[in-house]
Amino acid sequence: MSIKIAIAGNPNCGKTTLFNLLTGSNQYVGNWPGVTVEKKEGQLKGHDDVIVTDLPGIYSLSPYTLEEVVARNYLLGENPDAILNIVDGTNIERNLYLTTQLTEIGIPVVIAINMMDVVRKRGDYINTEQLGAELGCGIVEISALKGTGIDEAVNLAVEAARRGRQVPKHNFAGCVEHALAHIEEAAVHGMDEDRQRWYAVKIFERDSKVVEELKLDNDVISHIERDIKRVENELDDDAESIIANERYVYIGGVVDRCYRRKNKDGLTTSDRIDKIVTNRILALPIFAVIMWFVYYISIGSIGDFTVGFMNDTLFGEWIVPWVTSTLAGVGCAPWLISLIADGVVGGVGAVLGFVPQMMILFLLLSLLEDCGYMARVAFILDKLFRKFGLSGKSFIPMLVATGCGVPGIMASRTIEQERDRRMTVMTTGFIPCGAKMPIVGMIAGGLFGGSAWVAVSAYFIGVLAVIITGLMLKKTKPFAGEAAPFVMELPEYHAPVPMNTLRATWERGWSFIKRAGTVIVAASIIIWTLNSISLSGGVHFITEQSGGKSILEALGGAVKWIFAPLGFGNWQATVATVLGLMAKEQVVSTFGTLASTTDYKVMTAEILGSGLAGYSFMIFNLLCAPCFAAMGAIKREMNSAKWTVGAIGYMCVFAYAVSLMVYQFGSWFTGGGNIIGTAVAAFILAFMLYMIFKKDKKSTPTVANTEKQNNLVHK
Amino acid sequence: MKTLKDAGIGSTVRVVKLHGEGALKRRIMDMGITKGIEIRVRKAAPLGDPIELTVRGYQLSIRKADAEMIEVE
Repeated sequence: MSIKIAIAGNPNCGKTTLFNLLTGSNQYVGNWPGVTVEKKEGQLKGHDDVIVTDLPGIYSLSPYTLEEVVARNYLLGENPDAILNIVDGTNIERNLYLTTQLTEIGIPVVIAINMMDVVRKRGDYINTEQLGAELGCGIVEISALKGTGIDEAVNLAVEAARRGRQVPKHNFAGCVEHALAHIEEAAVHGMDEDRQRWYAVKIFERDSKVVEELKLDNDVISHIERDIKRVENELDDDAESIIANERYVYIGGVVDRCYRRKNKDGLTTSDRIDKIVTNRILALPIFAVIMWFVYYISIGSIGDFTVGFMNDTLFGEWIVPWVTSTLAGVGCAPWLISLIADGVVGGVGAVLGFVPQMMILFLLLSLLEDCGYMARVAFILDKLFRKFGLSGKSFIPMLVATGCGVPGIMASRTIEQERDRRMTVMTTGFIPCGAKMPIVGMIAGGLFGGSAWVAVSAYFIGVLAVIITGLMLKKTKPFAGEAAPFVMELPEYHAPVPMNTLRATWERGWSFIKRAGTVIVAASIIIWTLNSISLSGGVHFITEQSGGKSILEALGGAVKWIFAPLGFGNWQATVATVLGLMAKEQVVSTFGTLASTTDYKVMTAEILGSGLAGYSFMIFNLLCAPCFAAMGAIKREMNSAKWTVGAIGYMCVFAYAVSLMVYQFGSWFTGGGNIIGTAVAAFILAFMLYMIFKKDKKSTPTVANTEKQNNLVHK
Repeated sequence: MKTLKDAGIGSTVRVVKLHGEGALKRRIMDMGITKGIEIRVRKAAPLGDPIELTVRGYQLSIRKADAEMIEVE
């Protein structure tokens, strides 16, 4: 029978490094059922019968955060045979706090003390043997970075798994233990002995999930409640806090006996770096320089080169012509050649062209994340972003999105708080990405004589859309209430681990490529088909000789009225907008195809007419639903059909509203103007202003939110 | 009542009591801020909020609004 070992520990304690070492390339990355918390599983190298699961990094097993609930459900529901608990030796008290909770579950725990080299370098000493004995766990010193002690740790865990369950050894203050004993007797007596303590402690804490799960009699509950109340009165605190306190008191005693600190309050390297990097005056300039550098490398210089090479040279000059000539060579029908070369290869190529750029960007961001700088970014910017219902960590996705929305949306992964993450995913698409720039260029060049303010205003509108959305949505029900608590560890700086960085980069890139192979292939085929078949005068393929209205054109004509109030209600502009969903560059190329000329000035004048209509068209295309690739990213990060549809729907409605206001109000300045349209626009404006300035209702959303998250987990 | 929010930058204070309840209080305690523990206020972010603390030998950042729940001396 196979053995299951779960790796548990605080965030940033070296879990990922150890997991990568243990499993090598035999990993499976996915999401925990129903939630976006990453799930990693793998086979232990050299042991076919041992499965290792990497639990999310957690500080506690409370019922309040998604990660902690996922970890709890896994440990209690899946019953792994052993827990390998990674403990950061440089931060031993907070790390052992989790250990005291893990040991209560009854699953044998083996402690691997990581970063022992740093502990020794500081001149500190840990008596690991005594520590293990006091906690009742096997214990081993490791260095995940250098790869020492790993085999020993694994062997110990496998051994512990074979030996079977264990009973925790730690104890709390007398009155608490007394109450726990009562609870054990009254409520969980019939349970396995090794699990009783976990349930007793949880009942004492009034942990809603456990109380629900056990379905205790009301008699029993009221009986227990008396015991809990008595302790609460005695210690003048609520039960949950009493337990947290007792754990730290217990650990304090253990650490006093086993950890000898060479008392020096000197500055660590981390402190010295932080003195500069989060310095009151220097922090923002340093941040700007680092971001400029990241942006310059990935989007500007090298990244731009790779996109150009991939799109124009690799796909444009080599692959598409090669596919075309090869297929023609074997005597393929022209329509099939067109479907494969223009539809599939062209469509997928347009998306794959961004892969190298994304990889470079992800690599740089992973480096910043791994070395500990991202936490500082959140620290520096939190105050600013909180005003808009976002978090300090929302900045990176927004910045990345100026290059491409897809990695931008995916970069929101680092925001732990689900609410902030959703808001970030939803608003990141408003930032004008590289592919939207040709639209701006076309409108500016064609209708505004190349005026620079068009481009400037495009960015301005994008940022404004983020802010307005944040201000409005944070008052709506799904986003309501105070920002979630921002209690964040600022981890010590350390040199990035190349293997972790490369792996993280590859995982993100690969999931993008996989999607390009599925969703985007399908979408490309559909759009190509609609654009190539005509229904007028009998169903036929459109060739240069046959001509005829394509289905796409017919569809565009049928729905063009939707855009009439925005000033561009003709089928060409409609089709261009719809094709923009495939890739935003398509908007401009569609104009090129559908107009009689390639001159921007004539083309835009012919299709859009006035500058106002053109500007309205541009705004709509900048703000409305992003391209399919970005929609795919939204779906992936939201991990919920409802939220995906909601986000994309909101973007479309918001874009429509803004364009409508611009066109309707603008019409009065360019002569003409429509009373009804203006009235509607004025109503929308009033509503938006109301939402923006509406008082924020104060409530206690953290609990409500977690409830929702928990329901999600249970589904 | 003096709270952590009022503690000056660079000062070291001792936690007397944690106010509030539920998820936030639990989170703060999970991170090691418990009764009797010493906290050093290291600095404030460039925009004045959040603040950075040293708790149990590591660095923690916390918003001033949340720091207000922590009574210190």
